[in-house]
Amino acid sequence: MHKDLLRLMRTERSVRRHLAVTLAAALLAGLLVLVQAELLAGVLSGRFTAAALGALAAVVGVRALLAWTQGVFAGRTATGVKSALRHRLLARLRELGPGRLAAHRSGELVTLAGRGLDGLDAYLTGYLPSIAVAAVVPLAVLVRLFAADLTSAVIVLVTLPLIPIFGALVGMTTKAVTERQYRALARLGGHFLDVVRGLPTLRAFGRARYQAGVIRRVADEHRGATMRTLRVAFLSSLVLELCASLSLALVAVPVGLRLLGGSLDLTTALLVLLLAPEAYLPLRAMGTRFHASMEGVAAADAAFAVLDTAGDPADDPADDPAGDPAGDPAGDPARPSWAGAAAPPAAGAPEIRLEHVTVRYPGRDGAALEDVTLTIRPGERVALVGESGGGKSTLLHLLLGFVRPDEGRVLVDGTDLRELDPAAWRARLAFVAQRPHLFATSVADNIRLGAPAASDDDVRRAAAAAHADFVDALPEGFGTVLGERGANLSAGQRQRVALARAFCRPDASVLLLDEPTARLDGRSEAAVVAATAELARGRTAVVVAHRPAMIGLVDRVIRLHAGRVLSDTSPPPTPTGDEHAAGRAGGDFPAVPSVAALGDGRDGTRGRV
Amino acid sequence: MRRIAGKRLWWAVLAGAAADLAGLGLIAAAAWLITRAAQQPPLAALSVAIVATRAFATGKGVFRYAERLTGHDVALRAQAGTREELYEALIPPQRPRHGGADLLSRMVDDTEAVQDLLVRCLLPAAAAAVAGLAAVVVGLAVLPVAALVLAAGLALAGLALPAGTAAAARRWSARIAPARAALAGRVADLVHGSADLAAYGADEQALRRAEAADEALAALERRQARVHAAALAGGTLLQGLTVAAVVLLAQGTGVGSVGTAVLALTALVSFEPVLPLAAAGERMAGVMAALRRLREVRSAAPAVAEPAAPAPRPQAPLTVEVEDLVVRHSPAPARPALDGVSLRLTPGRRVAVVGPSGAGKSTLLAALMRLAEPESGHVRVNGVDVRDLAGDDVRALMTGLTQDPYVFRTTLRDNLRLAGPEADDERLRRAVDDARLGDWVARTGWDAELGEDGRTVSGGQLQRLALARALLYDPPVLLLDEPAEALDEETADRLMADLLDVTRHRTTLLVTHRLKGLEGVDEIVVLEEGRVTQRGRHDELVAVPGYYRDLWESEVLTRR
Repeated sequence: MHKDLLRLMRTERSVRRHLAVTLAAALLAGLLVLVQAELLAGVLSGRFTAAALGALAAVVGVRALLAWTQGVFAGRTATGVKSALRHRLLARLRELGPGRLAAHRSGELVTLAGRGLDGLDAYLTGYLPSIAVAAVVPLAVLVRLFAADLTSAVIVLVTLPLIPIFGALVGMTTKAVTERQYRALARLGGHFLDVVRGLPTLRAFGRARYQAGVIRRVADEHRGATMRTLRVAFLSSLVLELCASLSLALVAVPVGLRLLGGSLDLTTALLVLLLAPEAYLPLRAMGTRFHASMEGVAAADAAFAVLDTAGDPADDPADDPAGDPAGDPAGDPARPSWAGAAAPPAAGAPEIRLEHVTVRYPGRDGAALEDVTLTIRPGERVALVGESGGGKSTLLHLLLGFVRPDEGRVLVDGTDLRELDPAAWRARLAFVAQRPHLFATSVADNIRLGAPAASDDDVRRAAAAAHADFVDALPEGFGTVLGERGANLSAGQRQRVALARAFCRPDASVLLLDEPTARLDGRSEAAVVAATAELARGRTAVVVAHRPAMIGLVDRVIRLHAGRVLSDTSPPPTPTGDEHAAGRAGGDFPAVPSVAALGDGRDGTRGRV
Repeated sequence: MRRIAGKRLWWAVLAGAAADLAGLGLIAAAAWLITRAAQQPPLAALSVAIVATRAFATGKGVFRYAERLTGHDVALRAQAGTREELYEALIPPQRPRHGGADLLSRMVDDTEAVQDLLVRCLLPAAAAAVAGLAAVVVGLAVLPVAALVLAAGLALAGLALPAGTAAAARRWSARIAPARAALAGRVADLVHGSADLAAYGADEQALRRAEAADEALAALERRQARVHAAALAGGTLLQGLTVAAVVLLAQGTGVGSVGTAVLALTALVSFEPVLPLAAAGERMAGVMAALRRLREVRSAAPAVAEPAAPAPRPQAPLTVEVEDLVVRHSPAPARPALDGVSLRLTPGRRVAVVGPSGAGKSTLLAALMRLAEPESGHVRVNGVDVRDLAGDDVRALMTGLTQDPYVFRTTLRDNLRLAGPEADDERLRRAVDDARLGDWVARTGWDAELGEDGRTVSGGQLQRLALARALLYDPPVLLLDEPAEALDEETADRLMADLLDVTRHRTTLLVTHRLKGLEGVDEIVVLEEGRVTQRGRHDELVAVPGYYRDLWESEVLTRR
């Protein structure tokens, strides 16, 4: 039994109710088998008239109804538990936030919260009810047998425990062998996937065909190992099967002999014959269900492992929603630390000051930012440059409140960022991530992400300002629903939608851009640079940049290396950078006819396909 | 599959049927024994039934064991056969598919459907059919009209119910799949888009949307559970009512207590192997879908056509000419991936191809390696069009470090030797040294197990390992696709420097987005949107405005 899972089920009222109905239906149906056996034995022995068949049919009808109830409510229990677990997982993901989410394997999280939990179905709909039945029905059968015929009851009583005992014995003696062989199996089973994944590499070196033979050999080994395992593993089921069927023979033969001697009546004999197998059946069913439910147990373990990872205490003191394991969605657990927070300073471009800021990521050597002190004046445009891993993105995340300084502080117009309500502070920011995420909704909804109330006109204006003119060429314009993760737009188009998002927050006073032109071709870059230039006007802008055109836009270049400020130069250091920016934006660069023409040119046609 | 399963399949079916028959025999013999004994015949009259009861009891267990072993053996053989067929189908170069790595995992999972088909569906169905038939035969011997009722009940439970559940499962999976995909999408939004959501204060809204997607899926799943529930109820009903009807008929026609009891209990037990078939029917929908997907993979046309009579493989030294090459990944209105590219690679020359991502650099290499079919234009090796050569021969001439090199889950030595099975230790060591991997190899050891998603190998080591493979293979024309991809600046610089060093005087085509060190190559070709926009040597290209100079300046800028 899974402790965490049971605890979860207890806290959810509807799940508790559904599970209770499921178990009650399973138990009742199990007990009705006794009544059915009673009636059938009576009819067959001639003690009851044929009219009892009507009662038998009624019992069967009720059992069918109970089976239906059990199936329906087991389904409800399963979906209820999965939903509850999923809601907690999702809330936890949000709670972890972008800063700490990066430490997890994102793909695994997505799978776990999605498909992964489906493994619980077998556990909840099969195994749990079978435990209840196995705990009650064999006992009830035994009681009835004792009342009917002591000898038979004793035989069943003696042989019944053999099932769990033999099961455990066979399990114990074969545990080491099976475990070793299952590990070998996992390795061999993985071989095929390994080879298929590496097929392009094999093809490149002319080894693809050769591997076909290896696959055959490995498959043979795999089968050999599996069969060795199964020969042993199935032994336990052989023992169980034999226990059950031999017990039936053990009961039937003496009963027959005693009937012969006249010391037993036929009704009782038939009842014993019908009931004896029912004593063993629930135990065997439970064993089968147990194996089928292992995957679900693993899924539950994984889910609770994510739920139980304590947040970094230094990072987020309010992270432990101790009294509220349900993660009450209304009382966002990530926020209470700012409850009663200082009101955000007046709008308008703020002054941002970093004082001796050090940021460390758990599990990583060295600090991401080390003792950084700098002041960004209101309306100043700053480029962050330097090698990757130098701390540029960390600095942006610091300003966004995704990470917090381990030492030192960040001041916004003199107020510590920690004391500001992050939602209110972020409302003043416009951020474009290095790889902005586009959601599978319409382009318009993607653009109004940070301003849900924005009108269609606002959205259009923002898109125009971001040079995202290609949107009009999409099949349904701004209503076009983007593919998963923005798959049907080019990198440059995605970047411009993300910029339009920033434009759609006209009140934002601080602009934070993370390499907005990385991975763009020259033409897309020119459009993005021109849009950025407009967006930065009148705002404080912090731009992580690599390309000269982008650096040409700023007043100041800060070079970071290994978490420290290496240089802080006021004018952009490369004259060519200026030239380029001017050339690109102005349109006298031969390869770029005009920025305005770009959007509905090549990119537009590409967006259509 | 059929071919491989063969005789063993019959053994498995026989064992399964024997186990079910023994179960049936056990209950019939016991019922006969008890009801006959109640008539108090001489003991000798019962001895056969006593022996039969014990024999059936033992047989049931033993046959079940045999069935499970032979069944799994057959299933594993069938699965191995399916995998082999799948692998053979994947050997010729494939067109890129949507889904990538996930798709491959699913394909491999799909091969397990064959195992399910046999062990969970076909074998139980065959055994249940035999047992059901036997029960009907017993019935015929006792009371034909009761046998008819039993046959009808069994047919409903064993054919109609599974058919119903299979159809329902198919219908429901068609409705549930999009809901599942929607949920996965919303969860992915929360995980991958967490920075955007948090920055724009939209995380609450995204969480609500994910929860709504979960609700929608849960609602569908709750309704789907009714199918399963109805099948359970239907099975119970059919079994119970059939038994009641059989008893009613038997008593009405005066078969006698022995005959009635045998009939009733045989009927009761004959449903036991039949009832699980409804669940097998539910499983069938998934199994059939998996088998259909595998068939589609097997019947997919390869990306390139092999010549019927391949020309002999040209001998080194090789001159490679690319002339007006056009390659298209998606049909016409879309821009071709390569749009009229020409270049010439003479022995000992090194050419670098640079350009933004999506410019067609990797497509060019794919066309050279006969992994992509050109729409027009030519690739000639010593004057022979590569279309006239066997694909494997082309790749023996032109290959090297491909995109996304793969580390297999085996030893470091075997990971290298796949590029040189005959290579001795001396040659292995030289390749490793040339790839500047010597220190790492000395540290980890030649027999260290690599793989497990490259956990033990860092990005830089992976690229160097791939480079060592390429150098070990030593093709006449060395192709290197983004060798510094996904490396941090420092590692990338070192790798590129080493690479440019070891490739001196080798015929090499280098695809890269890093320009440092390209002063040393003989020609640089700039690709943008599938076309050559600039070409020349490094010092010529930095002297004129354009993509190359721009990229060079940004590289210089980030370095200082």
